[in-house]
Amino acid sequence: MTKYILKRVLRSLVTMFIIITILFSLLRLMPIEGYFESFDKMNEVQIQVKLNSLGLTDPLPKQLVRFYKQILSGDLGVSNVYRRDVSINTIIAEKIPISLELGLTALAIALALGLPLGILMARSTRTRFRIGDKLGTVFIVIIQAVPAAVYHILIQFAGSQTFLKLPMLFDPGDPKSYILPIFSLSIGNIAYYAMWLRRYMVDEANKDYIRLARAKGVPEGRISRSHVFRNAMVPLIQYIPNSILFTLMGSLYVESLYSVPGMGGLLVTAIKRQDNTLVQALVLIYAVVSILGLLFGDILMGLVDPRISFAKKEGGR
Amino acid sequence: MIVISGTENAVILSVQDLNIKFTLRGQVLHAIRGVSLDVYQGESLAIVGESGSGKSVFVKSFMGLLDGNGFIDGGHILYNNMDLTQNRSNKDWLKIRGKEIAMVLQDPMTSLNPLKNIGSQILEAVELHRGLRGPAAYQAVLEVLRDVGIDEPERRYKQYPHEFSGGMRQRVVIAIAVACRPKILICDEPTTALDVTIQAQILELIKAMQKKYALTTIYITHDLGVVANVADRIAVMYAGDIIEVGSCDEVFYDPRHPYTWALLSSLPQLGVKGKALYAIQGTPPNLFHEVRGDAFAPRNPQALRIDFLERPPFFQVSPTHKARTWLLDPRAPKVEPPEHIRILREEGVNRFGN
Repeated sequence: MTKYILKRVLRSLVTMFIIITILFSLLRLMPIEGYFESFDKMNEVQIQVKLNSLGLTDPLPKQLVRFYKQILSGDLGVSNVYRRDVSINTIIAEKIPISLELGLTALAIALALGLPLGILMARSTRTRFRIGDKLGTVFIVIIQAVPAAVYHILIQFAGSQTFLKLPMLFDPGDPKSYILPIFSLSIGNIAYYAMWLRRYMVDEANKDYIRLARAKGVPEGRISRSHVFRNAMVPLIQYIPNSILFTLMGSLYVESLYSVPGMGGLLVTAIKRQDNTLVQALVLIYAVVSILGLLFGDILMGLVDPRISFAKKEGGR
Repeated sequence: MIVISGTENAVILSVQDLNIKFTLRGQVLHAIRGVSLDVYQGESLAIVGESGSGKSVFVKSFMGLLDGNGFIDGGHILYNNMDLTQNRSNKDWLKIRGKEIAMVLQDPMTSLNPLKNIGSQILEAVELHRGLRGPAAYQAVLEVLRDVGIDEPERRYKQYPHEFSGGMRQRVVIAIAVACRPKILICDEPTTALDVTIQAQILELIKAMQKKYALTTIYITHDLGVVANVADRIAVMYAGDIIEVGSCDEVFYDPRHPYTWALLSSLPQLGVKGKALYAIQGTPPNLFHEVRGDAFAPRNPQALRIDFLERPPFFQVSPTHKARTWLLDPRAPKVEPPEHIRILREEGVNRFGN
């Protein structure tokens, strides 16, 4: 197990190295305007001086090595356009906690509501009229079929303009203003987890080993909990670390709708304003988050499913 | 082979005029059509029949394991002074499942939970039915693992199903069943999914368990080799009805129902080199429609006219042997069984089992 994790971590590091190299090379191809706040007003000499000071006139291998060192020391560089001369670490440190707070709460709510909904739906498929399953399906289909933009606006409208009178926009000082963004962030995931858990539970419930469990006299509630639910969670659990990590990055649409000053729109803004170092830093973070998400997902899956063996096969005869 | 003549032993389970129906796409399928059968204490009964004849549905109804769209429409299943057809809730059935009647399923590769070690799956049965906890329950699991011939039970306890071969898994499934200490053990095609070399071992194991724990065993199979090997009595099922019941010897060497004749004639062992093997013409009746007369009549070249009109009653051949065919009516014309069956009867040799 430890050996496997070490191997995976090592491989992740190699992937990271490749990503950093490609990312760095690509951004050197970008127009140099991205390193200046007001490129048009500057003359040739000023531009040269600035490029020199940024080290961009050095040979590429030298720049690359410097970039590796900088990243290893945990420094993501300095923003050039978005917030001039402010360390990117500082910018992100302001934004991540907001996205993380909203995102994690929303994810916890999504799991707390989505999983029980999935269980209820799956159990309802064994009843005569399957009412629970049908209602749940209606909810899931609506959430999946209606574009998110539409129901987010509906949520915002219904929450703020009707009798609920909740704040329409996010305000870090007002706890009530957290409700609508969190609700918006969680509703899609509620449907998502309910849908997949129901599906995996129905799959499991029709397997022979459930029949055998029933035949040996295990009560229905216990079959549902300790056999069906547990086994149905295995394929889902792989994605949970990813979901958790990606709350770091915020949600582009929800954050702009409620004007949450989170990570959501940062990458788009950075690209639009050609802030090369910021783009570089953000893409790097996305890559790290994805790689870590997959790594933790696989490790978690290995912990819950004994069939996935990390060590050398012992051979059970 | 020990032949238990039915009348000497106590009846442990008695099915009376059982009807089971399924609703399927708005239609009603009459899967079990008025079946009566007594199962005797300590015997080993084999229910044989082709796929779709209803043998699995029939025994599943003893444990309340019919699929959601199936229901009992009349009849009784009497066990231990209870009528099991009156069971409604799962709670009622929990008194029967495992505790009184346990089951071994066909495919050992899929009948164990892949994410739980085999010890805990046996432990579940021990805890539920024998009220043991902690070390006592653990010891009971080890004991039953030894019973079914699994070496090093302490090590095996912690292993998962994927670390076992097919035959070993079937041993685990049998261990689960006997760990419940049931009175009746139903084996639903216990060897179908296994390697031929393992089949005999598993059958021997079931027989040993039957002896050790005084079980009554019901086999469901379409493998007549298995039947000859294990059964004291045979019930032949066709189109949702039992059409002939008798001791193993009676059904093999003196069958009376035309379907039993046809079934036995189809045995490849009876084939003659150079000649095509015998096959029953036609297909079984569609159970969505009402079956008139003898269900086998349309496929029986020697069917009488009354076979198409009226359902035959059971005619007693011997105290232990009865068949549902008009041929046994005193008024019926003399119809000779096919050549293969006559050979079987005259030779009287065991050409089946091992």
